[in-house]
Amino acid sequence: MKRIFLLLFLLIFAGLNTRQLTAQDWIRTGTGLGVEKVRLAVPDFKSAATDADTKRLTTAFSVTLWNDLQAAGIFDMVSPSFYPLAQPGSPQEVNLSQWSSPPPNASMLAFGNVLVQGGSLAVQGWLFDVKNTQSPQVLGKQYRESASEENARLIAHRFADEIIFRLGGGVQGIAETKIYFVSTRSGTKEIWQMDYDGANQKQLTKVSTMALSPHVSPDNSRVAFSAVSNAEWQILMYSLELNRQVSFSRYAGANLSPAWSSDGKQLAFSSSRSGDAEIYSVDVTGGELRRLTNSRGPDVSPTWNPKTNAQIAWVSGRTGLPQIYMMSSDGTNVTRLTDQGYAVSPSWSPNGQFLAFAWIRNYGPGAPGASDVYVMDVASKQWVQLTHDGGRNDFPSWSPDGRHIVFQSNRSGRTQIWSMLADGTQVRQLTNQGENTQPNWSFK
Amino acid sequence: MKLRQLFSLKVVTAVAFLLLLPACHKKQPPKPTPVPPPPPPAPKAMLTANPNTINAGQSTTLTWNTDFATDVTIDNGIGKVDPSGSMKVTPTESTTYRLVAKNDTASQEATARVTVNPAAPPITGKTTTDSDAQLFSQSMKDIFFAYDSYEITPESEAAIQADAKFLQQHPNMTFTIEGHCDERGSIEYNLTLGEYRANAAKQALTQQGVSATRMRTISYGKEKPFCNESTEACWQQNRRSHFVYSK
Repeated sequence: MKRIFLLLFLLIFAGLNTRQLTAQDWIRTGTGLGVEKVRLAVPDFKSAATDADTKRLTTAFSVTLWNDLQAAGIFDMVSPSFYPLAQPGSPQEVNLSQWSSPPPNASMLAFGNVLVQGGSLAVQGWLFDVKNTQSPQVLGKQYRESASEENARLIAHRFADEIIFRLGGGVQGIAETKIYFVSTRSGTKEIWQMDYDGANQKQLTKVSTMALSPHVSPDNSRVAFSAVSNAEWQILMYSLELNRQVSFSRYAGANLSPAWSSDGKQLAFSSSRSGDAEIYSVDVTGGELRRLTNSRGPDVSPTWNPKTNAQIAWVSGRTGLPQIYMMSSDGTNVTRLTDQGYAVSPSWSPNGQFLAFAWIRNYGPGAPGASDVYVMDVASKQWVQLTHDGGRNDFPSWSPDGRHIVFQSNRSGRTQIWSMLADGTQVRQLTNQGENTQPNWSFK
Repeated sequence: MKLRQLFSLKVVTAVAFLLLLPACHKKQPPKPTPVPPPPPPAPKAMLTANPNTINAGQSTTLTWNTDFATDVTIDNGIGKVDPSGSMKVTPTESTTYRLVAKNDTASQEATARVTVNPAAPPITGKTTTDSDAQLFSQSMKDIFFAYDSYEITPESEAAIQADAKFLQQHPNMTFTIEGHCDERGSIEYNLTLGEYRANAAKQALTQQGVSATRMRTISYGKEKPFCNESTEACWQQNRRSHFVYSK
């Protein structure tokens, strides 16, 4: 965990010192910064039987496991072309020196076997420290679920998270997290859900007018969103447990952009109930609204500091073009964070240190409107630009491990959801049907 | 610092490359004195409206094409446009659209006439509401805004006055004011901006004596645009408060 903070902090410093000199370059991770990734070998799991189902689910499992570990951003994955030919399915089949010597030169080895029998899927997995010849076993796990491709992926996600937790400094992996987003593919804008890697995309809401700005609760029980309901913008709730909308208080004016405190107790949102769009917070169990901002001009898009819940950052148009501000969660200590252009969509990192947001640094009549994702260190207000590909990049949202950011981008034509590491590398497209916007990464 | 060294290395490499470059060229004979370039030809312009006859309340599409022009404008509130393009318009009465294409030396005009047939008389059996709706959409003028602004411009004042007058002549009409934004910028911020635009139009009308109870407001931000091109002309078309008949 400390290494990751140091890495990002170094990235930010590196970005600052070279900003004037190398306007064309951007920040990349590298061993030159003194951070070494664990060399992890992950051969395909062995099929414990020869039937077609076992083979099919072994492949689904192995592919998902590999992708999860690679996406984690903390491993140097040993290329399969260096693996010894013998495929290990259990500890007695592992020849440690074959893995720790060249060509693989691995530090860690994940291996195991998959069996489908009587409609049941069983997986045995191990994590070995190949340099520890005395007692190499770090993890030994068994999983059993009903046999399906979805469960093969689910078990792979669980095993990957175990490995990531053990080798990633005690930070929980994200392989089982979800991303909520808005999609037009059903005809109108509705709220959808998908796995963090883009699998299992499914529609949740059916408001049929327009549903925007999804934010899932910290306990994964409900998704708050804003929608046109009876010709008004209201904050609505979709229950993931009941698979339908459940009630929430209605307020006058337009009510937009809900955000949960990380303890699940409060919701902040923008309401124009007083005639002017301001930020309010309310206890989720019900009660009086607390008005937090008090100035002419639109105030919208709040985000809580999830580490302390003592601060809120948001977007305000009080001086003209929208800028990012932060305040204490009682509305005092207002501080302006951006100094120019058009800045929107702040998202506070899980460790409380950084804000990701979208910025058009030079904005004016005739400007094409290209915007990029930036990360700012809140204490020093110094920032790094993460996307550089032109076009419109907006709506960043942090993963709970603080190592990834999901965002929307129109770089492939229509606006889609993309994810990347928090240093701007490993950019992957997650959606491709219809137009997809406003992603929100679950808390766990 | 490693990165600074890298940069220096890059500079050195770049300079070295530049120095080596002339050595790669063969010797050329000396060039003759250059002749000044000829002046650009006069611009060409073409403007059509399809269909060129519509009924009141319907739309028509203007399409235009120009050549050799650096500055192209269309009148009737459209303004500066791309050298070629098309755009939907909904004139409330017969209009001649005039396009002017200019460059440094000359300019060229093109026109397209759109004939608007007055609303057909109500067919027996149709309720009064339908012809009221038609009358409303023909008569009410939408309010347009400058970028990132929700202030009523001097140009819009005339529209507000005309709208207030019409509404006073038809005191039973109620309606919704929709606030819209152009496609740039964030979904959420534009929802609030649209809300402010709808409210600005509402306030301007109440100041002219229209009862606030006759009007509802709603913002659609940039979610329901009137046109989809990424041009100044289209962006201006989308920055508006749009009036929609309710009852």
